[in-house]
Amino acid sequence: MAPAGLKYSKDHEWVKADGKIATVGITAYAQDQLGDVVFVELPQVGTVFAAGKDFGVVESVKTVSTLYCPVSGKVVEINSALEGTPDKVNSSPYEEGWMIKIEMDNPAELDKLLDEKQYTDLLKG
Amino acid sequence: MKRTPLYESHLKAGARMVPFAGWEMPVQFSSITAEHNAVRSAAGIFDVGHMGVVEFKGPDALPFIQYITTNDASKLSDYQAQYSIACNEKGGAVDDLLIYRLPDKFIIIANASNTEQDLAWFEKMRAAKDFEVKIIHQTHISLLSLQGPKAEAIATKIIGQDLSSYKRNRCFMWGDILVSRTGYTGEGGFEFFANKNEVVELWNKLLAEGATPCGLGARDTLRLEAALPLYGHEYDDQTSPVEAGYGWAVKLDKGEFVGRAALKKQKEAVPVKRLVGVELEEKGIPREGYEIFSDREMQQKIGHITSGTLSPTLQKAIGLAFLRTSIGNPPAVYVNIRGRSVRGKVVPLPFYKRS
Repeated sequence: MAPAGLKYSKDHEWVKADGKIATVGITAYAQDQLGDVVFVELPQVGTVFAAGKDFGVVESVKTVSTLYCPVSGKVVEINSALEGTPDKVNSSPYEEGWMIKIEMDNPAELDKLLDEKQYTDLLKG
Repeated sequence: MKRTPLYESHLKAGARMVPFAGWEMPVQFSSITAEHNAVRSAAGIFDVGHMGVVEFKGPDALPFIQYITTNDASKLSDYQAQYSIACNEKGGAVDDLLIYRLPDKFIIIANASNTEQDLAWFEKMRAAKDFEVKIIHQTHISLLSLQGPKAEAIATKIIGQDLSSYKRNRCFMWGDILVSRTGYTGEGGFEFFANKNEVVELWNKLLAEGATPCGLGARDTLRLEAALPLYGHEYDDQTSPVEAGYGWAVKLDKGEFVGRAALKKQKEAVPVKRLVGVELEEKGIPREGYEIFSDREMQQKIGHITSGTLSPTLQKAIGLAFLRTSIGNPPAVYVNIRGRSVRGKVVPLPFYKRS
């Protein structure tokens, strides 16, 4: 269920790396646990985050959940479409529901993240 | 963890189960929004088997009910229900309740999270004045709630009789099942007090008639739009019905009852806080515990949010909130959402009223 080729955090974010640019979103499991997403609060372009720091929040009807940055770097783009259609996080978590693009300080940080098999095992508990 | 008779049915239906007040309950079946909308536009059913059903029987049943609750139960006819509050000596809410009068007894519905402490409180109150009443926790009964504009048509069909004469808060026997026109969603509907061994069959009948199974998530957003209080949010043992906006359910002239002196003072003076509706005008969603200020700079705190969500029906960010009464009617309020000052306004309650 977790797409191959992506990296995953234990906090249920995914990372898709393309050179130094990492696209970040939340996994299908995470959106399913949240339920109907109604609001996504994203940082401003240019903000710098260290790995593990919170970069925003995603709110469902029921609850508020913090988003953690899986890699260190500077935000170069945000998915501003989510302001009008936050439900894309539910309907297309790995494509249209992406959240931020980060220019990574240290792409080697990706190695500390989980691959799809490790992530799937994590979900199985 | 306790389970209602419908636990297996919920698992088979793919419901997400969560712990709630010591029970494993469905929080959602499909999605909170879809279930919410089903209740507003058609009909939904809720397993509310976690709620406490307590029976009061004996020569002092009425005087005892009068003593432990704020509303006037002597006004009830047989097969009629009323909203009431059990208060402590300081006027704080022990629980908010529905009280039913039946020919030979009274029944109350208690919040699941409060049932055990209610039973202990009632027994203490009974013993204090030696009331001749038996207080019996009806654990063989399990509640189901059918709600929405199509609820009456569905209930009429499965019961097989015209129900239009049973107005709000009226009830009747359907075989050995007590049925009442009550609910907690802001829609019309019926609640069924069924024996545990009858619940699954009744649930399936209601499903077959097209009612949508709904979880606690939709129950919460529905009651919030209708501005119905939830114990632990709008009520606690420090918060009185007068402060929560239910002063009309406090009948000072009915005689002595627990908390009367404190509630009388509150009614005659101005309570310290009052419950209001807040609607945000800038981006954000108010949530329980968020602080409210009278100024953009968030220097002067005037209250806090008790429940909040993005209203599925209104598509607005709404919250119930306690404001200091001394602040009057502020032209704008500012909610601290993770350090951001988000402007909102005080709006009349309920947020949603069925047309």
